[in-house]
Amino acid sequence: MNTVKPWMPLLIVCALTGLTCPAAADEFNAEDQQRWQQQFMASVQQGRALWTDPAMGSNGVVCAQCHPNAANTHPETYPKFQKQLGRVAPLWEMINWCLRNPLEGQPLAADDPKMIAIQAYVTYERRGVKLEPGKH
Amino acid sequence: MSNIDRSRRNFLKTGGALALGSTLPIGLVELAFAEPAQNFSFAYISDAHIQHIKGNRFVRNWDMGLKRAVAEVNLLTPKPDFVMFGGDLAQLGSKPELDHGAEMLSALQLPVKYVMGEHDYYLDLGAYWEQLFGPQYYSFEHKGVHFIVLNSIRTYDDWTYHRWPSAEQRMLEMASLDNPNGSPFMVGDEQRVWLKADLAKVDKTTPIVVFSHSPLQKIYKGWNFWTEDAEQIQALLKPFKKVSVIYGHVHQIQYNQIGNISFNSVMATAWPWPYPASYAQAEQYLPKLTVPMNRADPFFERDATGWQFINVGSGNVDLNFTLYDNRDRVVRFDTLKKQPQDRDYQAESARIDPQRHY
Repeated sequence: MNTVKPWMPLLIVCALTGLTCPAAADEFNAEDQQRWQQQFMASVQQGRALWTDPAMGSNGVVCAQCHPNAANTHPETYPKFQKQLGRVAPLWEMINWCLRNPLEGQPLAADDPKMIAIQAYVTYERRGVKLEPGKH
Repeated sequence: MSNIDRSRRNFLKTGGALALGSTLPIGLVELAFAEPAQNFSFAYISDAHIQHIKGNRFVRNWDMGLKRAVAEVNLLTPKPDFVMFGGDLAQLGSKPELDHGAEMLSALQLPVKYVMGEHDYYLDLGAYWEQLFGPQYYSFEHKGVHFIVLNSIRTYDDWTYHRWPSAEQRMLEMASLDNPNGSPFMVGDEQRVWLKADLAKVDKTTPIVVFSHSPLQKIYKGWNFWTEDAEQIQALLKPFKKVSVIYGHVHQIQYNQIGNISFNSVMATAWPWPYPASYAQAEQYLPKLTVPMNRADPFFERDATGWQFINVGSGNVDLNFTLYDNRDRVVRFDTLKKQPQDRDYQAESARIDPQRHY
C-alpha cells in the first residue's frame, strides 16, 4: 500500500527527534484496561452501596427491597416507551421515579455521580443478558 | 363473575341448594347446608412489612397494603372461618412496628392466627412478638384438618448468637435479600422433634396443612427463597395422604408438588418481588409448575400485591388470588394430575405477555 497517511510526517519527526508523541486513539495497553475496569468497578460498588442505603430516600425504604440484585430493572431495555409517562424514557428517569415514590426522596440530576453509579450497578448485574432496547 | 363466586357456585351445587342460593345470603346457605368437615375457607394476609420512620410515622405505602387487606377481609361473604397472617408483619422487628401492625390487624372481625417471619424475629428473637401473638410454633384442628404452624426462619446458633455486635445489626443483615452476610433459614432440630411428636398423634388420612414463612423447599438460596432442612421436614410429612404447605416470604405466586406435598405461596401486601429468573447470573430452582404472575406495574403501588381466599374443602388447598387492577388467578389442586395447576395459564400457549416479561 502506498497511500501516505496524514500523520506519517509527524511520526517520522517524532522518531527522529526522540520526542514523546501522543498515542493514536486505539493504542492502549493492559495497564489502561485495568485502570478503566477499576474505575468502572468502583462506580459499580458505589452503586451497590447506594442500592442498600436508606439515605437515598426519606422513609428508610431502599432500592434493594423491591429489586434484590437489581433484578427486574431491565437496564438493557432502555430507553423505551413507558406507557405511564406516555413517551420513550431513559433509565435515569425511571430511577428518579423510584426515588420520588417508594423512597419518598429527592430525584438526582442525570449526570450526578450517584445516578451514574446506580446505572453502573444495575447494568453490571445484567451482564450477559441480550441487549434489547425498547423491548418491554 | 369473580373467582370467589365461582367456588361458591361449586359449593352450592354440591350442597344441592342452587335455587335457594340465588335468594339467600351466602353465609346463611353455608350454615344451613355445608358439611362442616367438607367446606370451609380462610383468608391469608402476609408480608405487610410495616416500616417505622420516626415517632408515629410509618411508610405509607406498606401501611396502605395491610389496611386494604383488612378492610377487604371484613367485607367477605361468606365469612372465612379465620385469618392467617403469614409473617413479616414488621420490617425491622421493632416494638413500634409490631404494635402498629397489631393495631391494624385488630380491626379484623375474625379470629387471627400468626406465623413468624424473619423480619419479626431477628431483633429480639421473637420475644415481643410472642407477647403479642403467642407461641412461635403450634398446631390446631379445624373441621377435620390438622393445621401446623412452624417458625421456619431460624438459622445456625453461631450466626444468631455470636456473629453480630448488636441485635439491630443482626436484624439488618437478615432483613436484606442478596446479602452475603445472611444465613439460610431452617426449622431446626428442636422444632423437628416437636413436629414428629405432633404428627404421631394424627391419622394418616387426615389432611395436613403446614404454615411456614419460608418455602420448606429450595428455590433460590441467594434471596433466601430457601429452607435448609426442607428435605427433613418433607420426610416427616411423607406418610400422610394429603399434605399442603402454604408459605409467605416470596412476595409472588409460586406453587409446586414434591411427592405427596403441595406447595403454595401467598402474596405480600407490601411490595412484589421479581422471580429469581429475572436475575441473569443466578442458579435457581424455581418450581416448574409456577407460572409467573403478571409483571408488576411500578406506577401502581398495589400492583402484584394482594391477599388470597383459600378453600380446603377437599382436603387439598385451592387458592384464589385477588390481584388489584389485574386479572385474578386461581391455582387449584388437580385431583387427576395430583398437583396444583394454574387454571388459566398452565399451558404455555395460554400465557399472556406480562407473564413472559419480567
